[in-house]
Amino acid sequence: MEKYTLSVLVENHAGVLSRVVGLFTRRGFNIHSLSVGTTKDEKISRITIEVKGDDYMLEQVSKQLSKLMEVIKLKKLTEGDMVKRGLILIKVKATPKTRGEIIEVTNVFRANIVDISETTLTVEMTGSDRKIDAFLRMMENYGVEEIARTGMTALERGASTLRLN
Amino acid sequence: MTGADLAVKALEENGVKVIFGYPGASNAPLIDSLSRSSIDYILTRNEQGAAHMASGYGRVLHTAGVCTATSGPGATNLITAIATAYMDSIPMVAITGQVKRALIGKDAFQEVDITGATLPFTKHSYLVKDVTAIVRVINEAFHIATTGRHGPVLIDVPIDVFQSEYNGDGDEEINLRGYKLPGRANETQLKKAADALKKSKRPVILAGGGICCSGAEKEVNELVNRTGIPVISTMMGLGVIPSSDERFYGMIGSHGVRHANSILNRSDLVIAMGTRLGDRSVANAKGLEDADKLVHIDIDPAEIGKNLQPYIPVVGDIKEITLRFIQVIGGYKVDDAWKEEANELRRSDIYTPSGENTGTVDPRYFLRRLSEITKSQIYLTTEVGQNQIWCANNYNVKKPDRFITSGGFGTMGYGLPAAIGASRAQDSIPVVAVMGDGSFQMDLPELGTMVQYHIPVKMVLFKNDRLGMVHELQYTAYKSNYQMVDITGGNPDFEMLAKAYGIRSGSVSENSYVDAAIEDMFADKESYLLVVNVSPYEPTGDSLNDKRLTERR
Repeated sequence: MEKYTLSVLVENHAGVLSRVVGLFTRRGFNIHSLSVGTTKDEKISRITIEVKGDDYMLEQVSKQLSKLMEVIKLKKLTEGDMVKRGLILIKVKATPKTRGEIIEVTNVFRANIVDISETTLTVEMTGSDRKIDAFLRMMENYGVEEIARTGMTALERGASTLRLN
Repeated sequence: MTGADLAVKALEENGVKVIFGYPGASNAPLIDSLSRSSIDYILTRNEQGAAHMASGYGRVLHTAGVCTATSGPGATNLITAIATAYMDSIPMVAITGQVKRALIGKDAFQEVDITGATLPFTKHSYLVKDVTAIVRVINEAFHIATTGRHGPVLIDVPIDVFQSEYNGDGDEEINLRGYKLPGRANETQLKKAADALKKSKRPVILAGGGICCSGAEKEVNELVNRTGIPVISTMMGLGVIPSSDERFYGMIGSHGVRHANSILNRSDLVIAMGTRLGDRSVANAKGLEDADKLVHIDIDPAEIGKNLQPYIPVVGDIKEITLRFIQVIGGYKVDDAWKEEANELRRSDIYTPSGENTGTVDPRYFLRRLSEITKSQIYLTTEVGQNQIWCANNYNVKKPDRFITSGGFGTMGYGLPAAIGASRAQDSIPVVAVMGDGSFQMDLPELGTMVQYHIPVKMVLFKNDRLGMVHELQYTAYKSNYQMVDITGGNPDFEMLAKAYGIRSGSVSENSYVDAAIEDMFADKESYLLVVNVSPYEPTGDSLNDKRLTERR
């Protein structure tokens, strides 16, 4: 199964997300990750959805999404032509002995320490899926207490934008 | 003005003449305002009946029928009928009352999230949270329901929005930038389809319900007249070409006729128009795909490739596409050899009822006599089950909007209220509801609605004391283990029941009395119940159950 990324501009109305997500459920499509946020136009939100499936599924997802009244514009983004980022917060065990080491690894990944306690460090990192996975694997060496990870969000590379018309 | 007044005014401006509904606390303000308007109402016996009536009404007038229900159970009773309309792309606007805004989400008395519940089977839905939006929402609902691929739209209005005072100069303009109606069909695709047709030796047109939605019967007939291409149809496409027309070769699918399916399989090009190519229509989907012979024309791009990957897709309005298609195919005419082959398939498959007396009526004989005696100058509604398939394969449908049935959803209890809606829509053409004794009892209380408002319906009840279609399924697939299909002990005396409602009735048990029984039914313009006694072992006679069993089991 391939992973596809869809960037969808929707009306910033109550209930839009449930229409979008409900459509995936009832048509039997799988959401891999999802993120939502407002755009520079406050009446419009952008939903970035990663879906797993085949070409047939991607075509059906796109067409069915387009039929929703609140979906204004939809575009399939391809790996080479987009920047795609997710955010992860990791609460990792830290002893006086390991703390320095963790900070070093964090610097290598250009991640940030955002909180500290006597026994833990909380690290924030943004990046591609692969980079996040790699960082997470490194952190697991020290004992990960908890993670919070967002869905991916993406923009096209270069000057092109997802315009309304 | 109140929100309810504004809503009623907007309904009037959208051409609404009648609303089918059931009152309750939450839609009471709407009912109150209705009484001061030009709009009539029909009080039904169950909200489901109201929405089915709106469907029948809308199908006759080619408009969106309107129904209303109160919050909670009123709204949920609409659900089956809304889903029925959605599956057959029937335009409808359903208005539900909702608990007041401050109580939403508190599990208040008679509260239900009806917009959430109907999300999967409405074309769109609204929860109106602000009185200033009510007129715009109603305008949008009618626009959405009746344009593009038609469908039901639900508007949920909290009671305090109905009651809010507002001077009414808010945003009334439709504002739907996300609503994508298809533009003109792609010329290249049209030409590809035309080229494929020109090379084709054995083309067939598969007519779907979309032709009726588009109002393209005339254009499709013109295409058939010019080219002589044989026509087969789905259930929703019946009547695009009259069933009795020699160029019509029957309904396809598990409940269609064998020769129609054979023609579909033997063809080298299928021009499918306005059909989902659903699982009950096309059994051999893979074969159709692999043969690279499917031209799929539909207004909904999401239907292209959903069930079947077409060889050549054409997206757009069928009426426009057919007109353009006629231009680009030039003087193409279909080979006589193919027509002859199709004729031969039909000849070898045709069922001719003997009309002899056997102690029960042959429903297929009955429906052929009904066609001939009425010259099909009626609206015919069906329920779902054997009665529906007998009608589809034996009644001569002359226009698609004259055959009103629940195709995609297969909803028992549809036909009777749909007939009431169809009859309320017009009074010049009689409406006949063909039913089984199972399905009749699903929305039986609507007899009260029929009588109260003097809406005449000629009811034909095929009585076999069975849920006939499942009974037959248990015969063919479950070794005659008949379970949960016998209603003998609980069936009322249907003629006495009719009498209790003040409806004239009659019954017939022999084929030789069928003509007289039909003529008696049409003797006056009032409602009538004709009980037609049918054997529980009467075959449906469709391709699914066709084991060459025309003899009685």
